[in-house]
Amino acid sequence: MSTVAVAHAEAEQPWVLPSKGRVAMFCLIIAESAIFTIFVVAYVYNIGRSLYGPTPSQVLDIPLFNTVCLLSSSLTIWLAERAIEHGKVKVFGLWWALTWVLGAIFLVGTGVEWYKLIYHDGLTISTNLFGTTFYSLVGLHASHVILGLTALLIVLVFTITGHVREEHAERIQVLALYWHFVDAVWIIVFTVVYIIGR
Amino acid sequence: MADSTYPIPGSVEATPRRWSQAAILEWLNSWVITVDHKKLGILYMLYAIFFLLVGGAEAIAIRIQLIQPNMHFISPQVFNRLFTMHGTTMVFLVGMTYIFGFANYLIPLMIGARDMAFPRLNAFSFWMTFFGGLLLYYSFIGGGGLFGAGNAPDTMWWAYAPLTERAFSPGHAPDYWALSLIVTGFGTIGASVNVIATAFCMRCKGMTVMRLPLLVWINVVASGLALITITPLTAAQIMLLIDRYLGGHFFDTQAGGSAMIWAHFFWIFGHPEVYVLVLPAFAIASEVIPVFSRKAIFGYPVMVAASVGIAFVSLGVWAHHMFTIGMTSVGNAFFVLSTMLVGIPTSMKIFNWLATMWGGKIRFATPMLFCTAFVVQFLLAGLTGIMLSIAPWNWQLHNSYFVIAHFHYILVGAIVFCIFGGIYYWYPKVTGRMLSEKLGKWHFWLFFIGFHVTFDIMHIPGLLGMPRSIYTYEANRGWGTLNMIVSIGGLIQAIAVLIFAVNLIWSYFKGKEAGNDPWDAWTLEWSTPSPPPAYNFATDPVATSRRPLWDLKHPDDPDWKYE
Amino acid sequence: MLAKCLRCVSFSAKSWYVLFAFLSFQTAFADGPQSTPSIFAPTSTPAHEIYDLSLFVLTITGAIFVVVAGLLAFVIFRYRQRGPDDITEPAQIYGSNQVELAWTVIPVLIVVVLFLTTARMIFAIQDAPPPKTALDVTVVGHQFWWEFNYPKLGIHAVNELHVPLSNTETPTPTYLKLLSADVIHSFWVPQLAGKTDLLPNNVNGMWIDPLHTGMYVGQCAQFCGVQHAKMLLRVYVDTPEQFAAWVKNQQQPAVSDESVAAGRHVFETQSCMNCHTIQGTAATGRFGPDLTHLMSRDTLASGAMDNTKENLREWIRHPDTFKEGALMPAMQLNDQQLDQVTAYLATLK
Repeated sequence: MSTVAVAHAEAEQPWVLPSKGRVAMFCLIIAESAIFTIFVVAYVYNIGRSLYGPTPSQVLDIPLFNTVCLLSSSLTIWLAERAIEHGKVKVFGLWWALTWVLGAIFLVGTGVEWYKLIYHDGLTISTNLFGTTFYSLVGLHASHVILGLTALLIVLVFTITGHVREEHAERIQVLALYWHFVDAVWIIVFTVVYIIGR
Repeated sequence: MADSTYPIPGSVEATPRRWSQAAILEWLNSWVITVDHKKLGILYMLYAIFFLLVGGAEAIAIRIQLIQPNMHFISPQVFNRLFTMHGTTMVFLVGMTYIFGFANYLIPLMIGARDMAFPRLNAFSFWMTFFGGLLLYYSFIGGGGLFGAGNAPDTMWWAYAPLTERAFSPGHAPDYWALSLIVTGFGTIGASVNVIATAFCMRCKGMTVMRLPLLVWINVVASGLALITITPLTAAQIMLLIDRYLGGHFFDTQAGGSAMIWAHFFWIFGHPEVYVLVLPAFAIASEVIPVFSRKAIFGYPVMVAASVGIAFVSLGVWAHHMFTIGMTSVGNAFFVLSTMLVGIPTSMKIFNWLATMWGGKIRFATPMLFCTAFVVQFLLAGLTGIMLSIAPWNWQLHNSYFVIAHFHYILVGAIVFCIFGGIYYWYPKVTGRMLSEKLGKWHFWLFFIGFHVTFDIMHIPGLLGMPRSIYTYEANRGWGTLNMIVSIGGLIQAIAVLIFAVNLIWSYFKGKEAGNDPWDAWTLEWSTPSPPPAYNFATDPVATSRRPLWDLKHPDDPDWKYE
Repeated sequence: MLAKCLRCVSFSAKSWYVLFAFLSFQTAFADGPQSTPSIFAPTSTPAHEIYDLSLFVLTITGAIFVVVAGLLAFVIFRYRQRGPDDITEPAQIYGSNQVELAWTVIPVLIVVVLFLTTARMIFAIQDAPPPKTALDVTVVGHQFWWEFNYPKLGIHAVNELHVPLSNTETPTPTYLKLLSADVIHSFWVPQLAGKTDLLPNNVNGMWIDPLHTGMYVGQCAQFCGVQHAKMLLRVYVDTPEQFAAWVKNQQQPAVSDESVAAGRHVFETQSCMNCHTIQGTAATGRFGPDLTHLMSRDTLASGAMDNTKENLREWIRHPDTFKEGALMPAMQLNDQQLDQVTAYLATLK
């Protein structure tokens, strides 16, 4: 026996449900926020508690260029989203590629910064408490950038091979939401590590 | 299922149908590659029941070792591994899996959907959980071999640093613990995302959010809480692994790190986690009690609000597990208050269940027996929880057998009782056959008696100074007789669970045919055949109230008039 | 029939409650130390205050249980289905805002009362300022033994804590500073006070003012490794004379007896001194317990066994006999060395 619609005023109105991709991405962002919160708390708690070894003010330079690149990539991805909404696939592809490049520059910049810290300043994850908390927090963020870049690259490849069309706008927006999250986390990490912690 | 062998025209004799190896493999394969929420729900439940038996066996071994003072049944090393594995298994491999067993099977059916929002994510989450559990149990045969119980985790299920740091745990036990739980954690996140997305985005027409069955609502709240609470554990475990393998100093007091911070991070996970475990038990009770009282749940909006309230407040109570660790008096007082506050929405739920039964016509079939016992046991557990929230008294009771009695009252007395009740209630839907009422009543009464013998008495050694996590105790402490009674109760419970296992298997083959709606219930899952077809609903249902089938059965007095 | 069963079950649930309260309180009518360390037999102010608070809380929770469980028992009996023909549906009641309000307000009031009482006691116990007559002891937890240092008296005691008797007119409490040398431990002697944890890198404090002499038992209450179960505690509450005598003895350097010089030689050459201290000799190891006054204690290995020569010899030969997994290694001494070193240690009163 299956239920039959009862004549009822409510059944006539349009039945609108939220987009499951968006809901899922929000949930994922909530979970990720929790993990970043714990690493941020660990970082903040341990500020100034290292008993020896290099201190933040001694070795950290503010990564302004990297930050500008990453935050601009949020802008470019937003422009890409608007483009695909209106069906402009080529424009979308360009902005998307630019987003990827800006993200990659950020990642390379982080690598260069770490190279300097490890080989010139002698700061590794095991050097002292600052080293441990710094590499963990920044590294956790960087790993999320890598995941994001991988996903962005896959979409870029699909775009180049002509598989992306206007009807995929919603999925692309869901992915862009993740990228925006990664950028927002960077704002917090940057503030905590390079401004407050120094 | 259609028989697919037809006689080949012209052949001399038809080959009789036999279960060929290929057919069996195909059947097994269908379970491995499935993305159907019903099959995955069953897989989760089978996994949970299996590990309930394994964890129970670990508990029996513990109770034999403690039955009298100075027993030499198992060595201290093995004992420490057993109680750590017992706790870890029960929380992660039974608690976190039963939730998604019930949720995955029931939610699409209750909201009139064809499947979960993300079927492949569903399968991925189950198998991640599955492999995480395997990794955890592989630890028993790692390391030095089985009689010393291998390399199984042995530092309590809380794995407090600095004990789990390299310096004090040189083997691989903490690594198995951390890694296997990181793996299952991915499964939990995936499943939680799926539950939330399904409940909000896959509802049939007419099923507004305030018409969702309470089981769906409460599982949504539990999943949301799980999202926030599992990742702090993952974070702490990553920090531990960094300390152990990359030379990190998070918990290294020699380098300025903190011994307290693991405790904070762990309990920030650990406390909301127990609400994640218990909320789905509330969900089951909130479906069973109304149907067997023959009344709608009393105060549906309040039940929803209370569940959400519990989830929020539970995020702020974690340090009541740490009253003795040396927080300031102000810190202690704060956590006393927040812990007591979480008791308020919880007590409202108990009153609502009571009010549902009030004025009803209660049928004490086996599901209702379990859920009624749940109400009184949960009440008692809540009251011992209030006692534990009183920080000065907690300074005596913390880490004693009183605490063990309290949380087993919840984990067994509330959660396991509701799991049993839920299985007796929905088994007919899943398999098409009723579980034996006779065996069910034997199961219930034996389990109830065994539970009370064990866990009522267990409070007393705690009050008499017996701490937890000890493999033996002095003969002159006066704890021997009490421990013996506790252990005997455990054996009674074991017998009851065996009867349950027999019931599950026997009824599958010989149980009474159930039909669509053996309990005369009111939510959408009872409108499908038992078991439901792969597509669930032949035509999309339309929900007219919180109890769509009540409206159909009582067209003169439908629910939507009163909502 | 079934409902009657349930009703009588919940009745017996209430009597369980009374029974177990009695069983626990049974121990409460004792004054002074007992072999069963019951939290209901307090002999020190913190434990007393907790006991009083616990009675108050038990009364309130007991009343709540009687009321709610009583209602449940009533409901089970009164509203049960009366036979298989009783199938008409009862009146459907969906909720009631007034009722919901009532049973929200009452728990809130109970919470307010409980919280205020509790907070007051937290501040009273935790923030109590130490009087000038307080004795200071530093407790250091190790895997799996206790170190008790009396900084102002120059004493390093092990496993068995001696404190002076206090009284209510002129209290002489003992203030314990708690630290750990390795992992987290917890100091719990139920008759004297609630437990407080010992952490590395974080000093905690607690105080006791025992009002009856005698020996109080307790043990480590935070899992600290393999032999957590045998990290036992003994607190000896001494009269002022007994305490003074004990202090005087502990302040002496080790007894030096020439007849056991062979054993002392074994001790000093077999790496025992890498871990152990004996005051007045070259042994200054800090990892293991101070052995200067080993024979002044009633037990060995933190309460694991009685302090007899046989036990001591066996412990040195093979610690795992008594405490499997203890951090003292078997020293691989031959029989003669064992006899000699045991004879030596037996002189260290």
